Amino acid sequence: MSPAPDPVLSLRNVWVEYGDKVVLERINLVIEEGSFLSVIGPSGAGKSSLLRLILGQTAPTRGAITLDEVPLKPRCGPDRGVVFQRYSVFSHLTVLQNTMFGLECAEAPFTARLFGSRRRAARAKAVEMLEAVGLEDSLHLYPAQMSGGMQQRLAIAQALIKRPRILLLDEPFGALDPGIRADMHTLITRLWREYGLTILMVTHDIQEAFALGTRVLTLDKPRIDPHSPQRFGATIVYDIPLTRKIREEAANEPLDGSTGEPIPIEPSAGV
Amino acid sequence: MRWLKSESTNGPNRWLGVIPIALIVLVYLVMAGERNAINPNEKILPLPGAMIEAMGALVFERDPLSGRYLFWADTAASLQRLGLGLALSTGIALVIGLLLGVLPLFRATFGALITAIAVIPPIALLPILFITFGLGETAKVALIVVGIAPFMVRDIAAHIVALPREQIMKAQTLGANTWQLILRVALPQAMPRLIQALRLSLGPAWVFLISAEAIAADIGLGYRIFLVRRYLAMDVILPYVAWIALLAAGIDMLLAFLSRRAFAWAHGESH
Repeated sequence: MSPAPDPVLSLRNVWVEYGDKVVLERINLVIEEGSFLSVIGPSGAGKSSLLRLILGQTAPTRGAITLDEVPLKPRCGPDRGVVFQRYSVFSHLTVLQNTMFGLECAEAPFTARLFGSRRRAARAKAVEMLEAVGLEDSLHLYPAQMSGGMQQRLAIAQALIKRPRILLLDEPFGALDPGIRADMHTLITRLWREYGLTILMVTHDIQEAFALGTRVLTLDKPRIDPHSPQRFGATIVYDIPLTRKIREEAANEPLDGSTGEPIPIEPSAGV
Repeated sequence: MRWLKSESTNGPNRWLGVIPIALIVLVYLVMAGERNAINPNEKILPLPGAMIEAMGALVFERDPLSGRYLFWADTAASLQRLGLGLALSTGIALVIGLLLGVLPLFRATFGALITAIAVIPPIALLPILFITFGLGETAKVALIVVGIAPFMVRDIAAHIVALPREQIMKAQTLGANTWQLILRVALPQAMPRLIQALRLSLGPAWVFLISAEAIAADIGLGYRIFLVRRYLAMDVILPYVAWIALLAAGIDMLLAFLSRRAFAWAHGESH
């Protein structure tokens, strides 16, 4: 194994329970800086619960979560960016306005709008970010005028402009058709590498999980009480580091090149 | 013929709506003609000539008692009451609807009260309004507000509550606080819905206006109709009703136009 980079996020013996229903149990997870973590698992195995937990939307009933060694507050904050499958962008704002939103909130607490030179600076930053995701020609479109793929590109740009410590993706490409999905895979891989992102992606697509991730987590319920299905929750049953990919990454080889993937499941374009 | 496909509103279809109106006018003219042929002093179904004559006195000649052009004075008085009532209701709906929609604590405290007010038949409150505000303008405007504001408040609140959770979470991960969330996410998305609620409230607003004017007023479209009813003056009532319909339709079209102009994103239109 390569020397371990700094942990961005760590979960220690985290449980999520609603009344007597156990959703997640005994989650121990350390996410290192620069890793691309894919989370897979059957429906109802707590993939989204794990994401909501890290997002701060739900608080753990037991255990501790730390972000950069600081206990995580149970609320959404700008240190964690997120892209959902749908509804990630604001339908009443143009592409440019959507991207500038994060900057405006930070710099103008009362009006949430910028003027003059500060606006021009924010606009330049937003345009740069939109160029990185390939939306530089669509600055003044509304989301309803764009395809699903373009909307997800916008959602990524909107999140990345805040330079989050960790980017959370909740089935981000699940609603896209195969060709577009392949483009998005290329895009997110490039952004991950260029910006040195730390990414946690929840997906139901196993090929996608292995093709993009440097590490694949599988959530499932290892114990089931047939008389009381709520008795036991899901936990991490497989934690697979894709070590050869990490080595390739270290050697700066192209990830999506024709070097042959080290993974048993060959990632074909999309599907 | 493919009935479902012929839903386009341009081309020859656009003029289809004229046919039933023309038919009703035609039927009226035939019936009025028959009755006038039997009785030259017919009052119930006057011919257009009689209407023009009666209205001419109200539109073009000063009233000998008050020295006013009654038709225009009636219109101005009614539109002022209606305008004030609609403006107040819209303001109330926006502020309270937003607070109810965004703040769960506010909703828990005042939601039941708003519902309770909304289920009271407004006309039942008219005596209370007359006793409280006297027989002047205030009571009439207040009846319109009491009549339509609760519906509009609830509509806006429900619309804000139904905004996707993902949008709220996304805004929070972009650093938005509650105030910025209200200002930049909830308020702009409430605006087109507010205009829609206002358009739907126009009908009831006219009902309450005419009712209030019928009971206690000395000027106004509703007052005039109920005044001349004593003389069976259908030659005044029918043109007045047509004029009210025209005003109502005009306001509705104006609001629809404004909404499309100002909130193109909500109407799925491309620029």
